[in-house]
Amino acid sequence: MKLGACLLLLFGFFLVLAALVMLTSLAQRSAFVGAGFGVEVLGLSLLTHAYRTMRREQR
Amino acid sequence: MNLELSLFSILLVPFAAAGLALIHQGLGRSRSAAHAMLASLCALAVSAIVFVLFGSAWAGSVGAATHSFTAGGAHWDWLGAAPFFARGVSFDGADAAGLSRSLVLCLELFAVGLAAIIPLSAGTDRWRLGPICLSSALLAGVTFPVFAHWVWGAGWLAQLGANFGIPNFTDAGGTGAVQVVGGLTALSVAWIAGPRRGKYSDDGMPAAIPGHNIVLVLFGCLLALVGWIGLDAAVSILFYGAGPQQVVGVAINAMLAASAGCLAALAITRSRYHKPDASLSANGWIAGLVAGSAACAMISPVAAIVIGLVAGVLVTYMIEVFELRLRVDDPGGAVSVHALAGIWGLIALGIFGHFSQGTRGGHLLAQLVGISALLGFMLPLIHAGNLLLNRLSTYRVDDDGHWQGMDIRELGAGAYPEFVIHADEFVPR
Repeated sequence: MKLGACLLLLFGFFLVLAALVMLTSLAQRSAFVGAGFGVEVLGLSLLTHAYRTMRREQR
Repeated sequence: MNLELSLFSILLVPFAAAGLALIHQGLGRSRSAAHAMLASLCALAVSAIVFVLFGSAWAGSVGAATHSFTAGGAHWDWLGAAPFFARGVSFDGADAAGLSRSLVLCLELFAVGLAAIIPLSAGTDRWRLGPICLSSALLAGVTFPVFAHWVWGAGWLAQLGANFGIPNFTDAGGTGAVQVVGGLTALSVAWIAGPRRGKYSDDGMPAAIPGHNIVLVLFGCLLALVGWIGLDAAVSILFYGAGPQQVVGVAINAMLAASAGCLAALAITRSRYHKPDASLSANGWIAGLVAGSAACAMISPVAAIVIGLVAGVLVTYMIEVFELRLRVDDPGGAVSVHALAGIWGLIALGIFGHFSQGTRGGHLLAQLVGISALLGFMLPLIHAGNLLLNRLSTYRVDDDGHWQGMDIRELGAGAYPEFVIHADEFVPR
């Protein structure tokens, strides 16, 4: 789960880079950068969840 | 560039490190106090040596050699390629470029030490000294130089305008390179080291483990203010061409942002708990400094107050969210104070900054791209590096060490040998 979460963080970053390279208008770029952020937040949530679950199992 | 002013500003930066060291020490427990201070010194020492030997080459500077490639019609300058062991920096004062590089090296040397101290707060009372040195080396040798190059060494984030037609990412006080990188390292350390023994009960409820010396914490806040003004001013002068008049604005904005952050935290804790909480107010002060740093030379005093207020409110609630909901045991609140308040500061620059060129939307987009790089690239890099180091040398002290305290366990003597040792009220033996 942790590896998947880190990959999601990276994918979100690459989505932001792709928005810069492939799009030109500010509105389109903003939308895709927002989407990239969404993916990063998902990755961060998953990573947090993974550690919470691990601690609970350790208890 | 004003040489005397930039040098004076750089020489103030170690006060910020001293302030943070006192804050971390005071927010920890008395039986780990000497260990906390020694850990701060070790983090400073290791980061200084590793940065000068290796990190400075990858951080690079404007006009120095870089590693880059071309893709998607853009030039991606991703890592510095200056000579190792700081051989590209001369101290003979023969030319202006050499002088500028030596000043940048000196500033980044102190800044990386500050960044290396930040994660100590998240590992208080359980992070061993050896792994602290290893993690500081990772930060000074790899993670800080990478982002510092992107932002301050003419890397791709500083070339967004030339490559993509949007304004460049701006970090005028080291909020991204120092605070957020340090704060994300703190998050990684808190995850890896786990909570302190006795912090959470079997049903997951957290116990309050108060800091042992709040006077030192508050004194640390005052010291940090001096250092922060130096850091903000030095970065603004060296990387963004600020003049003496803007430096005055930097000092005023730093003071206002810190004040607003502290008062916001004080008011919130007063209304919630009927008495102001000193440690959260101290966190609000530092959060105001962190958030105000990003835009220090580019905002009005009113904007600095608003940024500090939001940072103070954000930190007060987020420390609770991390402790109660996310089960991240961060005794000094480093993740909220440095990472989250730093991210808010970077966004606030796009919202409140005064810019001579580019639209506000463009600046906001550029800031979001920089934050995305911090979360999407730097966090996985930091976490992977720390997980690897944890395999080499376990971060967390063993259960006996928890009970003894880090001072006795790792140093063989306590910080306060004349104190009467009471039965431990938190951890049953």
